[in-house]
Amino acid sequence: MRSKALAILLIMSAGLLGFTATNKYFVITREDVVLRIPKGFPKPLYRFKDNKLTPEKFLLGRKLFYDPILSKDSTISCQSCHMRIAAFGHSDHALSHGFNGLIGKRNVPALQNLIWKDTYMWDGGVNNLEVQPINPITNPVEMNESLAGVIKKLQGNSQYVADFRAAFGDTVVTSEKLLKALAQFTGLMISADSRYDRYMNGSDTFSTSEKSGLNIFRGKCASCHKEPLFTDNSYRNNGLQPDTALKDKGRSAITGKDNDDYSFKVPSLRNIDMTYPYMHDGRYRKLRNVLDHYGNSAGYCSKADKDVYKIGVLTEQDKKDLLAFLATLSDKTFIYDRRFVDPFLK
Amino acid sequence: MHLKAILTTILCMATLWVAMPAHAQSAHGKLIIALDHFVGDQPLITDTVTYKNALGQPFTITKFRYYIGEIHLYNAKNEVTICKQYFLIDEDEPESKKIELKHIPDQEYTSIELTIGVDSASNCSGAQSGALDPANAMFWAWNTGYVFLKLEGKSPISASPGHLLQYHIGGYKTPANCIRTVRLQLKKPLNINSNNQLHIKVDALEILKTPTAIDFTTLSSVTDFHYATTIADNYADMFSIEEIK
Repeated sequence: MRSKALAILLIMSAGLLGFTATNKYFVITREDVVLRIPKGFPKPLYRFKDNKLTPEKFLLGRKLFYDPILSKDSTISCQSCHMRIAAFGHSDHALSHGFNGLIGKRNVPALQNLIWKDTYMWDGGVNNLEVQPINPITNPVEMNESLAGVIKKLQGNSQYVADFRAAFGDTVVTSEKLLKALAQFTGLMISADSRYDRYMNGSDTFSTSEKSGLNIFRGKCASCHKEPLFTDNSYRNNGLQPDTALKDKGRSAITGKDNDDYSFKVPSLRNIDMTYPYMHDGRYRKLRNVLDHYGNSAGYCSKADKDVYKIGVLTEQDKKDLLAFLATLSDKTFIYDRRFVDPFLK
Repeated sequence: MHLKAILTTILCMATLWVAMPAHAQSAHGKLIIALDHFVGDQPLITDTVTYKNALGQPFTITKFRYYIGEIHLYNAKNEVTICKQYFLIDEDEPESKKIELKHIPDQEYTSIELTIGVDSASNCSGAQSGALDPANAMFWAWNTGYVFLKLEGKSPISASPGHLLQYHIGGYKTPANCIRTVRLQLKKPLNINSNNQLHIKVDALEILKTPTAIDFTTLSSVTDFHYATTIADNYADMFSIEEIK
């Protein structure tokens, strides 16, 4: 009996020690929320101008990102589809499932370097980082909640009321505060420490194949996937045959221009190795399938972008080298950054 | 404490000294604008009263909400006073139909300009509060921007499910810029201190009437850029000066 009690006591104190250590891991300091622009990156388009970065707002944003309270029945959080281990994309899901198992019509984009954009979503319909989360929150196939509903739930939760007070100085929960806190968390998700970045700043080397891949990439892909963000933030028709079941015309739904039919955002390729499957509808399971598509102009749809036609033939060796290069865009520092870890694991 | 009290006293006196001559130079007052909702010549009553559109088709109104803002007041010399604030007017919220503009220079005004909708900058400014809080359900998430005007109702000849009429109009850029600005001449000069209540008639029938008479059998719903500017051109003339009190 006595030895059992002693064992329990020991486990408890070990747990307590562990808890203290873990707590430190989740602490966010002033230093943690300083915006650092990586060398060679352009000026950000979202500048936290009316949303001054503070540890308290970042903490609130992180908690909201990982909390299913944002969904109508508290089953879906942002991370349900933006999983950290998948570089904030949705591993192995061509299209994602949300509220009540309902399935959306587009592949989840991986989150990183969001402050270098002035439009969001595959069709560019959203014009500011702060208002982007209203889409998944209110979409009937994602979280199926209303902003008013979320605010009511948060206002009725004493811990959140304390979090909002710590972040904004008063206890009134509003959509503006909620959205600004989320923008602090997602806006600081900066990925700029991949092997490619280290190769560029001279602190790492590339294999022959990786170097060759980089050269091919610069010759054939970089006009759309522009370094260092690996996107030029434009909307283009990449030659995919339209999916007759999804009937998704992309950008033209926003601009009203027929010329934009089947155009979608040029996605960043950072962390691409971790964000399978690929394309706006997730139709390709492997990066190899993507290269097969771009290397075969005979398979393009009629309105493919002129830059896509410039790719030309990709040999088997080209594809091997490109795959080797694309793998160097994976940024482990980013996905293991303690600031972005689920605080509910605490 | 003592020092603080002295400092406060000095500060108050300094403020008075600075503020008084300025106050004497230009007085300010408030302007109350009452928006009186009508359907043609009849007062708007939701749900129960059946009206007729320009084509003689019957309908009821269940919802009427819109944004106005960017209110400009002009004096006889065409000098302008601008209130940049936005207001969400809602038929269901009587208080919202009476807006109060504060700190208006005490002058005589001869015309008023107002914008139906929300300007481009405010559509791109991210999360906002007050009238422009996206939680007010006058906001499109998928194609960022405010819904400028919602007119909903029912008509037995509407082909929409439930015979609904649903006109949700917004958009600050191409392909559908639905911001409309109107300037109204006042019937007599408005003086901020003596007669500061302006009644504006808002005729919901105009949304369905000119220049394009809306046919409920063919256009019972507008909820994106298709036909949005048709409705916006219609609502541009829904305001008229009623009286000054």
